[in-house]
Amino acid sequence: MIAPAHTVVQRADSDTASRLIPALLIGLSITFLMLILVVPVASVIGYAFSRGLSVYLAALQTPDTVAAIRLTLVTAAIVVPLNTVFGVAAAWAIAKFDFRGKQFLISLIDLPFSVSPVVAGLVFVLLFGAQGWFGPWLRDYDISIVFAFPGIVLATLLVTFPYVAREVIPVMQLQGRESEEAAISLGAGGWRTFFRVTLPGIRWALLYGIILCNARAMGEFGAVAVVSGHIRGLTTTMPLHVEILYNEYDLVGAFAVASLLMLLALVTLLVKAVIEALGSRRRRSV
Amino acid sequence: MATARARPLVNASVLPGFGLTLGLTGIFLTLIVLIPIAALVLKAASLPPSDFWRIATEPRAIASYRLTFGASLLAASFNAVFGLIIAWSLVRYRFPARRFIDAIIDLPFALPTAVSGIALATVFGPQGWIGQWLAAIGIQVAYTWVGVVVALTLIGLPFVVRSVQPALEEVEATLEEAAESLGASRWMVFRRVILPTIAPALATGFTLALARAIGEYGSVIFIAGNLPMLTEITPLLIVIKLEQYDYLGAAALGLVMLCVSFLMLLTINALNGWRMKRLVGRR
Repeated sequence: MIAPAHTVVQRADSDTASRLIPALLIGLSITFLMLILVVPVASVIGYAFSRGLSVYLAALQTPDTVAAIRLTLVTAAIVVPLNTVFGVAAAWAIAKFDFRGKQFLISLIDLPFSVSPVVAGLVFVLLFGAQGWFGPWLRDYDISIVFAFPGIVLATLLVTFPYVAREVIPVMQLQGRESEEAAISLGAGGWRTFFRVTLPGIRWALLYGIILCNARAMGEFGAVAVVSGHIRGLTTTMPLHVEILYNEYDLVGAFAVASLLMLLALVTLLVKAVIEALGSRRRRSV
Repeated sequence: MATARARPLVNASVLPGFGLTLGLTGIFLTLIVLIPIAALVLKAASLPPSDFWRIATEPRAIASYRLTFGASLLAASFNAVFGLIIAWSLVRYRFPARRFIDAIIDLPFALPTAVSGIALATVFGPQGWIGQWLAAIGIQVAYTWVGVVVALTLIGLPFVVRSVQPALEEVEATLEEAAESLGASRWMVFRRVILPTIAPALATGFTLALARAIGEYGSVIFIAGNLPMLTEITPLLIVIKLEQYDYLGAAALGLVMLCVSFLMLLTINALNGWRMKRLVGRR
């Protein structure tokens, strides 16, 4: 006879030892998370507002901070659309066609996930830096890539490269090809098929990939630190500005900018939760 | 899918856009990922092998490897243990803060590393919210290797939980009940029935956390203290060499890190294969 799953729990609750085990495990989980995650994250708000709201607001309005916010937003505005186009294109090729070397291609796309951010920055310094492969040529034409805005964009492109592709590929694979094939055989064009048939099915995964890509693009530190040159007000993104303020012992300033980045992370998680809720409701209604 | 027999490069399909999308993917991949990484490999390869070996094995580099890999292994192990406990609590028990905990597990994924870096350094610092209590009992976390482990544990946390959680949900209750009705103790059921089922997921989570920890920079440098030979991680040593315009030295260490990344990627792929085989085998 097959008993329903919950009888195990009921039987388990009959002796005291098994009443203690859940309490112990839940207690351990909560203590661990408090120490390593909740308290540090809460401290960002605590330190940012440690000298009051007016000091916090003033810290966010210094010219260097405003410049850092602008640079971060502009970088994300370039990087996220590019990686979105790439991610959808890669997903279409991988999910809708069979070709040799597909698995290898997927591994290559995943590569930036496992490369250290510092190495991701380093490669562009070796390409475009003064002693890099294209260094002399760039100097002759007076173009600066490293320690300038283009380097920041390139490094961010590299570290956020897989995010959209990673979310969209499995969903598109799950979709199969029949609907698209039907649409094409009924005379719809390729773009129309994509926008009317494919896109509705992948939109939540696509949105999730985009917000993850955006969070990483705005928050990237290591790769950008290597290529930025730390020129205040010019090549410092928000995370780099946090570092500069922190190293100058401007704790309120550092944590004020950090609080904005934390807000970005919380909004990202919130959007994710909403997407998951919508996704599961849709699945249930199907 | 048959791979043994010869098959055409591309199977015919009525769907359009293969050339366009694969071409776009190839161009992006080449420009943004492959050429830059090739530049690093070529730069490091331009060193005579003896010089490469000397740079890669100088005492300061060795000390940084020891810290980077040691702390990463320790952090990934902590994450394996606590990640399993957290995943277990989330899947098996219903308690008040469950939804909240489930939601914040992903926070280290989304939180910029500079933020977690300064937050940990301040909280665990001598005057910090947690550090002052630890200082009272003589434990120093910030500016020691312990701080490095704390930072790497934070950023690796979601990997184990998110790998193990779905695997635990898949464990079939009937198997556990059968084992219990045959007289197995709860510990034995866990060790003999549950652990083997979730082992591939646990190993994947551990390796993902380890891979992430080895390359991590932002959340570590604030809390580490960054003393040469003592609390200096390898990525930081690369940055220091770059700041001294020692491009070759940076490239050599970068290549060492890159090789480790490839190794981790291969391991993760192999583990995924193991997990897939387990799933297919059960059906």
